[in-house]
Amino acid sequence: MTSSTDPGIPVLEVSDLAISYHHGDRYHPAVHGASFRVEPGEVVALVGESGSGKTTAAQAIIGLLATNGRVDRGAIKLNGTDISRWSDKQFKTIRGARISLVPQDPGSSLNPVKTIGAQVGEILRIHGEARGRDLERRVVALLECVGLSEPELRARQYPHELSGGMRQRVLIAIAIALKPELIIADEPTSALDVTVQKRILDLIDELRTEYGTAVLLVTHDLGVAAERADRLIVLQGGRVQEEGRVSEVLASPRSPYTRQLIADAPSLSRPAARRRAAVRVSALGPTSDDVVIVEQLVQEFPRPGRDEGPLRAVDNVSFRVPRGTTHAIVGESGSGKTTTVRTIVGFQKPTSGRIQIDGTDLSTLGGETLRQFRRKIQLVYQNPYASLDPRQTIFEIIEEPLLNFSPVPRSERRDKVMSILSRVGLQETAAARRPHTLSGGQRQRVAIARALILEPQVVVLDEAVSALDVTVQARILDLLYELQQDLGLTYLFVSHDLAVVRRIADTVSVLRGGRLVDEGPVARVFEQPASDYTRELIKAIPGRRHPAFA
Amino acid sequence: MTTFDTIHSEIAARGRTGSSRRERLARLARHLPPSLALSWLILATVLLWAIAPALFTSYNPVEGIGGAQLRRPDALHLLGTDALGRDLYARIVYGAVHSLSGALVAVGLGIIVGTTLGVIAGSVSRRLDDVIMRIVDVLLAIPPLLLSLSIIILLGFGTVNAAIAVGVTSVAGFARLARSEVVRVRRSDYVEAAFGSGATFWAVLWRHTLPNSLTSVIAIAALHFGSAVLQISTLGFLGYGAPPPTPEWGLLIAEGRNYISTAWWLTTAPGVVVVLVVLAANRISQSFGKVTS
Repeated sequence: MTSSTDPGIPVLEVSDLAISYHHGDRYHPAVHGASFRVEPGEVVALVGESGSGKTTAAQAIIGLLATNGRVDRGAIKLNGTDISRWSDKQFKTIRGARISLVPQDPGSSLNPVKTIGAQVGEILRIHGEARGRDLERRVVALLECVGLSEPELRARQYPHELSGGMRQRVLIAIAIALKPELIIADEPTSALDVTVQKRILDLIDELRTEYGTAVLLVTHDLGVAAERADRLIVLQGGRVQEEGRVSEVLASPRSPYTRQLIADAPSLSRPAARRRAAVRVSALGPTSDDVVIVEQLVQEFPRPGRDEGPLRAVDNVSFRVPRGTTHAIVGESGSGKTTTVRTIVGFQKPTSGRIQIDGTDLSTLGGETLRQFRRKIQLVYQNPYASLDPRQTIFEIIEEPLLNFSPVPRSERRDKVMSILSRVGLQETAAARRPHTLSGGQRQRVAIARALILEPQVVVLDEAVSALDVTVQARILDLLYELQQDLGLTYLFVSHDLAVVRRIADTVSVLRGGRLVDEGPVARVFEQPASDYTRELIKAIPGRRHPAFA
Repeated sequence: MTTFDTIHSEIAARGRTGSSRRERLARLARHLPPSLALSWLILATVLLWAIAPALFTSYNPVEGIGGAQLRRPDALHLLGTDALGRDLYARIVYGAVHSLSGALVAVGLGIIVGTTLGVIAGSVSRRLDDVIMRIVDVLLAIPPLLLSLSIIILLGFGTVNAAIAVGVTSVAGFARLARSEVVRVRRSDYVEAAFGSGATFWAVLWRHTLPNSLTSVIAIAALHFGSAVLQISTLGFLGYGAPPPTPEWGLLIAEGRNYISTAWWLTTAPGVVVVLVVLAANRISQSFGKVTS
């Protein structure tokens, strides 16, 4: 630890690093000669989409490459010592003590059968830093340091008793326990709500200023990187595309890929698609043709085994969506937004309230009439990996809805599937493939194609772009916009991401704890938010603080 | 886009998948672990014994040779002879068909009845589900050997009846597995999406639930095949299976028991064959599990 304060030597220096993965019979390169450095106390963001090699590079730095991965050449110098060829045993001496990792998914990164205190204490014990009373005291101090309320209680709790944000704080506590020189944060907030994300990033910032720890922030979100990092390293296909100070890179990106990333990041770009919407909404006026009408919707779920009343997931929500526009429903996890749309598409009966879709009152439907009603409204799911049957070909997936209604001749079905396939921007050869051979973005296109083949009036998009990389997300949003223009579709767009909402939606409803806290045209909600909660959400959008884009 | 284009691209796509499948097979053959290869070899040999026993031995399995009783294993009689002068190797080879067909009938019965019950339980209303699964629980509560002995006493002795008795004991296991798989698949997004696009209950069952839930059922069937061979041999050993002089493996072990101090090979050899087949079936079922997961 002596050399960490030496100004001459960077904490981390990666030079000409090449890594490949063994798959099948060959080695497939994942990182091609990447070089970068992290100075003491600096935050460096490693930005790129999935497959860019950012996680592979981070794993190599901490010696946690998958067993089929191998460092081909290059050096990873930690305070001047090359650790790229170290054995696992050697790495054990520095992991946690000099480099530590904040993993991506707080849900699966903690051991469910051990208490929080035991897991935080483990790292102190492994490195022989503390034991007994002293250990307990230090664990509580660490938990307090990362901003957990009632740290003594938390230390005795199990991971499932904590929320996602709290678990991420615990993981950060483990990472800073031994005051390492470098923390690698691998997508530390991508599984969290925006407001929680902001608090976690603030925490990492505070700890950095307090301890002078350098942070390598691995992220796909340029907004997060722009706001929190000193320097940016943009990776694409395992190559460093661009490196430099954040303000310089964002103000004058040199590589076309960086320019693309900046244009695609919803939080950094100006809302362009919104212009047409505002015009249309005002032109239609109050007498317009509302295709979705929701009035005083209440959805309750019984709580078996408890004396309390039923859980009220959606409480008195009302909104109207004019034909051909996009209405966004925004909220954090647990706000009731998914419950609302599941009731609207007819997967569950509302406790009370009225829903009318294209002139049909949902309460009058059941059995066969409900099945016929499904032609009018289609749902696209959040996770394109789970919503496509892995055993069907793409052709079968898209064709399936046609088989459910009045018989369509085989040749006509084929024509329809092929035309919709090219409509969503997929090659015709994709028809014979199975979902696992497609990327996430391609799968989401298939899911959209399946939703469109019945020519519905309303398409409900439940977090449909949240699981995708920014560039893919931007392409899918473009596609949705185009389809709306050509087919006159009405979208109900559920999202936790206000930046995306601002980009695509015309009107918006903000939900919190099942209640409507704010509503209206997107521009008004963003510029004059009616509730504190909306203001907090808007403030939490990453990248807004950056001078270049404020 | 013309129809011709479509057909053309489809043929092209098919051609590609065909060649990739061949490549995959070739790669599979190269990476086949030795223990798995050995397991397949054992099962294939036993299967050939059952199909064409005359290819493997020239002795008659039921008629003894005078003056050649209780011979030690030698070049003439590979595994020796029994008390009636019958060649033990020939008896094992000819016995394969009884044990294998019995195991097949048992597993077939278990799969068909068990999976049907499980799929029904997993996809219908809560109440019928409870009724079916409680019956299955009762079946599970009875020790398998006791259950199959009771069934044989009801149905009468014989190879087929023994197989049915063994099959009934595996119904409960298949039903539970099939139900849990169906419940898992039914909760998935793609099943909900299918309902959301207007599919009927039967269409979803046929297109999504069955294909996605049966993979592990098939893997477990291979495992049950091994234990069915063992159970049928047990019943044969206890005298509830095929009557003598049928060269059923369990019966061979039972008959050899009387001479175990002087002619140990009479019990050991068929016993080893049963163990090998069971182990091979286990190993193969394990490899199914790996491929699917």
